Amino acid sequence: MTTTTKTDYDWKKSIPIDQVGVEERVARLNSRSIKKESKIQALKLALSMIDLTTLEGMDTEGKVIQMCQKAMQPHTALPDLPTVAAVCVYPNMVKTAKEELRGTGINVASVATAFPSGTATRKMKLEETRQVVADGADEVDMVISRGAFLKGEYEYVFDEIAAVKEACGDAHLKVILETGELHTYENVRKASDIAMHAGADFIKTSTGKIEPAATQAVTLVMLEAIRDYYYKTERMVGMKPAGGIRKAKQAIQYLILVNETLGEAWLTADYFRFGASSLTNDLLMQIAKQQTGVYQGPDYFSND
Amino acid sequence: MADKQHNTDLQEKPFKPTSPTPRLQFNGFWEYDDAPQSTDSIELKEKYGLFIDGEFQSPESRTYFDTINPANETKLADIAEANEDDVDKAVTAARNAYNQRWSTISARERGKYIFRLARLIQERAREFAIIESMDGGKPIRESRDVDIPLAAAYFFYYAGWADKLNYAFPNRQPQSLGVAGQIIPWNFPLLMLSWKIAPALATGNTVVLKPAETTSLTALKFAELCRDAGLPKGVVNIVTGAGETGAAIVNHPDINKIAFTGSTNVGKNIMKSLAGTGKKYTLELGGKGPNIIFEDAPIDQAVEGIVNAIFFNQGHVCCAGSRLLVQEGVAETIIKKLRDRMETLIVGDPLDKNTDIGAINSKEQFEKINDYLEIGVDEGADIYQSSCSMPDEGYFCRPTLFANVGQSNRIVQEEIFGPVLTIQTFRTAEEGIEKANNTPYGLAGGVWTDKGSKIFKTGQQIRNGVVWSNTYNQFDPTSPFGGYKESGIGREGGLHGLEPYLKLK
Repeated sequence: MTTTTKTDYDWKKSIPIDQVGVEERVARLNSRSIKKESKIQALKLALSMIDLTTLEGMDTEGKVIQMCQKAMQPHTALPDLPTVAAVCVYPNMVKTAKEELRGTGINVASVATAFPSGTATRKMKLEETRQVVADGADEVDMVISRGAFLKGEYEYVFDEIAAVKEACGDAHLKVILETGELHTYENVRKASDIAMHAGADFIKTSTGKIEPAATQAVTLVMLEAIRDYYYKTERMVGMKPAGGIRKAKQAIQYLILVNETLGEAWLTADYFRFGASSLTNDLLMQIAKQQTGVYQGPDYFSND
Repeated sequence: MADKQHNTDLQEKPFKPTSPTPRLQFNGFWEYDDAPQSTDSIELKEKYGLFIDGEFQSPESRTYFDTINPANETKLADIAEANEDDVDKAVTAARNAYNQRWSTISARERGKYIFRLARLIQERAREFAIIESMDGGKPIRESRDVDIPLAAAYFFYYAGWADKLNYAFPNRQPQSLGVAGQIIPWNFPLLMLSWKIAPALATGNTVVLKPAETTSLTALKFAELCRDAGLPKGVVNIVTGAGETGAAIVNHPDINKIAFTGSTNVGKNIMKSLAGTGKKYTLELGGKGPNIIFEDAPIDQAVEGIVNAIFFNQGHVCCAGSRLLVQEGVAETIIKKLRDRMETLIVGDPLDKNTDIGAINSKEQFEKINDYLEIGVDEGADIYQSSCSMPDEGYFCRPTLFANVGQSNRIVQEEIFGPVLTIQTFRTAEEGIEKANNTPYGLAGGVWTDKGSKIFKTGQQIRNGVVWSNTYNQFDPTSPFGGYKESGIGREGGLHGLEPYLKLK
């Protein structure tokens, strides 16, 4: 792995991004028409890329256990489906999820670093990171310090990500930029670059707690950042849009974005994830429709 | 024949003699299935006559020619060929309609008819889009999302002007001219028809229009629509045919105004024919658009803009950005990204909703483009073509880049009118602007930079009728369009587009 040090990069310099151009590109890609076998393929692929998520203050162990069951067996009527990629929970639920998913190949992801606001001391953030990894998290979803970023303290943001990466050990690090608070595509681009150079394995749009959450335009800007980073270092960084992706149609549009920006190598759960919960059932309904020719009512699909 | 064989070879294998393989792989396991637009709802007659005096008539010439689908070389219909007698009939019908009806009704009434035409185009948009793609080879995505909606927009826009001409020209008395003869090209058939007919009718003139011989169908469908709209007979006449039919229109003594869009050579001939006749004219001719990328440009969006500038409508666009001028600091990055981007372009069936680049419009144009590919290779340029899969039949051309070219090369100087881009680099803004202007053409160009002041400074120095900034190939009925130098005379669109159809007292 070749990560560059912060001195290799001039953080003060912004990469120009044309908002109109980004949005036009997204609109054009949205006009792709995915039919027949390629649609079924896309629906199953999307299912296998889901980080099935519950991040509520009122989460219970029972709810997490049920969600893990859903992750393993999304829909009993369709036994041959892929499982989701991971379940994503708060730190206090990591042990529960880990126990439930042991031996299934499904990862446990935990948010950390004072999710969702990220306003805690670095010491606490690192401690929390070490704790969730010790509890069995395979993946850590951290949030960046948006306050520091917007103030222009890019080195602070870089150092923090690098420190969390170190604290992760073998666990994969996803860096949440919370793009809804960054306001411009230039900022999204800069935050993506900082995160990748600091060692992020994935960059992720949002916590899901702030509107707007993931948008296709933001995702495209981040995919283009990943592409430039790959051109430069040959290291593949993954992408995770999260929040607001509820429909199968949207998921397919995201896959098209990935397919035509980064190509086939990124079309795997190793490099692309959806942070979503209700998306799962819409994908299942669409898959069932493709196989049976008719839509079934939502009552035929378990909510968790 | 030997030459032709060579052309075919050139077409079949992707050339990448100077380029490393793209860094990213796009021919993955997830291939989009065919998503063809259904043609079931389309009704085409086997044979189309000339639309004169409100009805379809058999041609005096008694001859017909085939119109074919360039994507599969099958015949779509027989099209009548109008000779001088037919053109004379059409002009007489237009003159009578002008004298007896169109010039006597109120301006508001005229506007009402034009609004009606606009609405009918909208209502039948899908049908027009499908026929446009079948007859001309352009992707359905473009005919559906660009050509037809814009054609309707031009009719709506000029319909609004019909009863407001006095406000367009304050303190003047705008008067219609009489009969307008209009000749349009094959690259945007219905859209070019709307650019011509909408302002002519709004200003109170009647029309004899000739569509290009390879793309007559949507004009003939439009004739049906004029009939459905109850437009007074003879106000719009559609005569089909090739160059001779066009010449008969240009040379007809009872025509007051000629509007032509097409090649520079034909435009020059028309100017000669019109010298001393007193006919008004507008000519919208060829181009070799410079697309200038400064190193502070938004690079990823610029790459997308380059693609839209040259590969839109197979490059059959007179204002295409066919000469890419890149500041040297970003040239390598741009070329690398452009090559990867070209790998994702889908070339194929124009009726497939996922097609990005459709069929070359005609065999003649297909051969011309192939000749230029050969010329480029012979001139020593580095050719790069996308490795996309190609249909087995029909006229298709791979998206092509030529790097390492000089300003003196033919492929840089001459209009190719195909999906072929030349790339030159420049160091200073002055050098870029000088290269941009060093051409007999001056239709359209692009400037890409994140710096506003640079946009205006550069834009003002480029001798082009249109300069787009951080975008390309954007059209709007309110905006005038036309060329400098050998790219034409006069403006179409917007307020400026009214004047060529009026006498201002």
